[in-house]
Amino acid sequence: MADIRFEGVGHSYDGGRTWALRPMTWTWRHAKAYALLGPSGCGKTTLLNIISGLLTPTVGRVWFGDRDVTEVPTAGRNIAQVFQFPVLYESMSVYNNLAFPLRNRRYPKQEIDARVRKVSRLLGLDGHLDRRSRRLDPGRQQIVSLGRGLVRADVAAVLLDEPLTVIDPALKWTLRSKLKEIHRETGHTLIYVTHDQTEALTFADEVVVLNDGDVVQAGRPTELFLAPEHEFVGHFIGSPGMNMVPAEIVGGVVRVGAAAAGRAVGTGGELADGPVRIGVRPEFVQMSAQPVTPGLPGRITGVDRMGAYHLVRAEVDGHPFVAKVDRATAAARDVEHFRFAADRAFLFRDAVRCGALAPLGEEAQP
Amino acid sequence: MSEKTAVAGSVVAGDIVTDDLPAEQPAEPWAGEPADDVKPRNNRAWLLVLPVVVSVAFTAVIPLMTVVNYSVQDVFSPVDRIFVGLEWFRSVSRDPEVRAAFLRTLMFSLQVLLLEIPLGVLIAVCMPRRGRLVPVALVVVALPLLIPWNVVGTMWQIFARADIGLAGWVINNGLGIDFNYTLDSTDAWITVLLMDIWHWTPLVALLAYAGLRAIPGPYFQAAQIDGASAWQVFRHIQLPRLRGVLTIAILLRFMDSFMIYTEPFVVTGGGPGNATSFLSILLSKVAVGQFDLGPAGAFSLLYFLFVQIVSFVFFTVLTRTGR
Amino acid sequence: MARLPWARAVFWLYAVTLTLPILWMIGMSVRPNEDILGSFSLLPQRVTLDNYRTFFTDEAWYSSYLNSVTYTSMNAVMSLVVAIPAAYAFSRFRFAGDKHLFFWLLTNRMAPPAVFLLPFFQIYQSVGLFDTHLGVALAHMLFNVPLAVWILEGFMSGIPREIDETAAIDGYSLPRFFVRIFLPMIRSGIGVTLFFCFMFSWVELLIARTITSVDAKPIAATMTRTVSAAGIDWGLLAAAGVLTIIPGAIVIWFVRNYIAKGFALGRV
Repeated sequence: MADIRFEGVGHSYDGGRTWALRPMTWTWRHAKAYALLGPSGCGKTTLLNIISGLLTPTVGRVWFGDRDVTEVPTAGRNIAQVFQFPVLYESMSVYNNLAFPLRNRRYPKQEIDARVRKVSRLLGLDGHLDRRSRRLDPGRQQIVSLGRGLVRADVAAVLLDEPLTVIDPALKWTLRSKLKEIHRETGHTLIYVTHDQTEALTFADEVVVLNDGDVVQAGRPTELFLAPEHEFVGHFIGSPGMNMVPAEIVGGVVRVGAAAAGRAVGTGGELADGPVRIGVRPEFVQMSAQPVTPGLPGRITGVDRMGAYHLVRAEVDGHPFVAKVDRATAAARDVEHFRFAADRAFLFRDAVRCGALAPLGEEAQP
Repeated sequence: MSEKTAVAGSVVAGDIVTDDLPAEQPAEPWAGEPADDVKPRNNRAWLLVLPVVVSVAFTAVIPLMTVVNYSVQDVFSPVDRIFVGLEWFRSVSRDPEVRAAFLRTLMFSLQVLLLEIPLGVLIAVCMPRRGRLVPVALVVVALPLLIPWNVVGTMWQIFARADIGLAGWVINNGLGIDFNYTLDSTDAWITVLLMDIWHWTPLVALLAYAGLRAIPGPYFQAAQIDGASAWQVFRHIQLPRLRGVLTIAILLRFMDSFMIYTEPFVVTGGGPGNATSFLSILLSKVAVGQFDLGPAGAFSLLYFLFVQIVSFVFFTVLTRTGR
Repeated sequence: MARLPWARAVFWLYAVTLTLPILWMIGMSVRPNEDILGSFSLLPQRVTLDNYRTFFTDEAWYSSYLNSVTYTSMNAVMSLVVAIPAAYAFSRFRFAGDKHLFFWLLTNRMAPPAVFLLPFFQIYQSVGLFDTHLGVALAHMLFNVPLAVWILEGFMSGIPREIDETAAIDGYSLPRFFVRIFLPMIRSGIGVTLFFCFMFSWVELLIARTITSVDAKPIAATMTRTVSAAGIDWGLLAAAGVLTIIPGAIVIWFVRNYIAKGFALGRV
C-alpha cells in the first residue's frame, strides 16, 4: 500500500472549454480515510474515476507509490470501488460474489475461502453466504458490494461514491460506523465521496472540499468548521451555514453601515481598505445588551425554537443573520447586539479568507 | 444527535447539529414505483375509456361473435341455416389438410425461435453503444421492420430467383447448387425461413439492445475492477438482465410467426403444392376463397383460441421462471 | 463498456447483408425490363427512370399509393384520438375492471388477422364501409388502438399526478389542462405512437386487401396483381417496392436521434 499522488491532474469533458476538475497536485496518504465533499457537479466523481482508472485525465499524471498508472486500465490498478447503488452479480450467491475477483486472479482455492470468510466475518455476512445475492435487502447488498472490494490482498485504495444513497436512514448509521471499523481493521486507504457534510465530518480523518472543479480547502473536520479558508466552506459546512455580511474596511476599521464591527487583522500583513465580507458561524454569535466588538447590531425578526437550542433570526444592515444560542440567553427584544466569539469571525475578500475581525482598541492576536 | 466540539485552547460551546432522523422506515420504498393504491378510485373514468371499448367492440368483438355464429351453423343461404352444434369443429380438427398446416406452422415457429433469438442477441451485443454511429446503426437495423410485408415478399421473390435475383444466381451459378423455390419444397421452405429471419431478427435485436443499454454503467465498471472476462460479463451481467426483454421477444416472435401470412403468400403462394401453406394461408383460402362459412368459422375460432391460450401459457411460464 | 474487437466487424457484416436485398431491389427498379430478363449482371447496364415514370402516370398505381397513405394517416389519427382518453384513465385512475380491460386490450394484439377476414368482409359490406378508406382505417384500429393505449399509458404514467392537481387548483378545466399542459408534455409519446400506428397500418396487407376492391385499394394489393400476359413487370414492381419503403425510411431517419436517446434512457 502506498501513497496515491496527483501531479497536475485535471480533466475536461469537452476538449478544454470547461474543466470538470481543474489541474491539481495532491497526495492521498496511505491508510488515511478521506472524504471528498462538495455539491453536485463539483468534480468529485470525476476525481474518483481518475483514481480508479475509469477515466484518463486530460492533463497530469497519477502515481501509485512510484508507479505511473496514468495509462494503466482499471483492472491493473488494485483499487476497489463501491457505487451509489449495490452492484452485484445478482445470479450468484453472496459467497460467490465475494470470491469472484479472487477466482479471476487465480488465487488458490484455500486462500480464496480464507479471505472470503474473513471479510464475511468483518462485515457480518456470515449467516448469508449461501443466499442468492438478489434476495438481500439493499443495505446488505451494498455491504456485499463493499466486501467484494475488500477481499483482495493488494488493494491500494477503496473508493466509495456516495455509497449510502439508497440506504434508509436507520441503517445509514450502522453502515457508517461499520466503515470506520473496517478502516481501522484493514488499514486500507479510504476515499469517500459525498455531498452530505454530516457523513464527511463524522467519517473522515481529512476532508477535501471541492467546488466547481477546485479543491477549496482540505483539512481535519474541525479545522474546516472552525477556520474556513473559503466562503464556500463556510457556507457549505455547518447547519445552518456561516453568516456573511458585506462590509467595508476604512482606515483599518471594518464598518457595516454606520456601525463599526471591529478591527481588521490581515492574515498576511496589513489589509488594504475596501470591500470585504464578514463571516461568522451562528454557533459563535451571542446576544449582548450593549454594543461590543467584534460584533454588530441587528434587528430580530424571529426566533425558531429547536429544542436544545434556539435559532435567532435577525437582520444586520438589511442582510439576513442567524445566531445559534441556548435557551437561557434568547430574549425577545427588537434591537439586539450580537457579539462574535474571539478568533471566530473572519474577513473574506473575493471569497477567500484574508483576515480576522478583532475587537476595537486591543492588540491583534496572531 | 449532536456532538460537542472541544477544541484545544478555546472554550467554545459549539454544536454540530445533525438532521433529525426518524427511527422508523421511511415512507417511500427506495426502489420506488408508484404504488397502485396511490391512484384514486373513480368509476367515471369509464367515460374516458368508452371510445376505445366501442372501437374494439366493433373491430373485434362483433366480428368474433359472427365467427362463433357461423361456426355452429350450416349456412345454405342467408335465410336458410340450421344449427349443427360442434359438427364443424369436429370436422375441421379432423381434416388432414388442417392438421398438416398446423404442424407445418408449428415447425416453422419453432425453427424461427431457435434461429432468431440467439442471432438477435448476438447482433445486439455487437451493436455500437456509444458515439455518432448509434443512430445510424439503429436505422440500418430497423429498416427491414419498416418495409410493407408484401414488399418484403416481393423483394425475396426477386432476390431468391435464379434468373434475376442475386442470391438465387449466386447459389446456382456461383456455388453450383440447384436452387429453385418454385419447384422444390425444401428450397421454398428455406427461402421463406431466411426471409422471416431477415425480416424479424431486427425486432429481437432491438429489444435485446434496449435491454442491454438499460444496464447501468457501474456494472461493467465493477466487472472491469473484478477482472472479469468478456464472456463472464455476458454470462453474469448481460444475460440475466435480458431475461425480461427476451420473454417479450420470444412471445412476440412465436405468435407472429404462427400467424404469418403475407410474406410467404407473396413469395410462394403457399406452394409448391402446400409446402409453405401455413395456417393463415389455408384459413384465408377456406374463408374468403371458398366461402364455406361454417368450417371457416370453426377453423377461425380454433385458430384464435389456440393462439390466445398459448400466448397466455407462454407469458405465465416465462414470467414466473423469472421470479 | 468493453466490447470484443470482432464485435464491430460482425455488426457491420450483418448490416451489409441486411441491406443487400433492398439494394438489389433498388437496382432492379432502375433497369429496363429487357435488361432484367435478358442477362444477369451485378450492376445495372443501363439506368432508366421509366419504371418510376410508369408508376406516377398509371392511375392504377399512384392512386393505390395514395389510398394507402390516406387510410394509414386516417387510422393513425383515429387511433390516437380514441386512445388518449383511455390511456389517461388507465394511468390516473382505478376503476371497476380496469386491469381486466387492459389485459383484454393487449390480447387483441395476439389475434390472427386471418380470423377476422370473413366477418370483416361481411360486416363491412353490410354497413357500406366496404372498399372505403374509412373502412380500412377502422379495421386497422383492431391492433393499433391497443398498441396506442399501451404506449401512451407508459408515457403518461411518467408525468407525476401533482401536475394534474396543480392545474386543477389553478383553475384549469380538464379539456383545457389536456390541450395546454398535458399533451405538450407527452408530445414525444404522441410522436412514438403516431409512428408505430402509421407503421403497422402501412405494412398490413391481409385485412386491407380483403375489405377493398377498387376505390380504396392499397398499394400492396396492386403490387400483388402485376401479372399480365407478358409476365410479371419486375421493373415496375421493384419501383413500387422502393416507393413504399420511402415513407418509413424518411420517418425513421428524422426520429433516429430521439430513438437513440430513448434507448440510452433504458426506456423503449
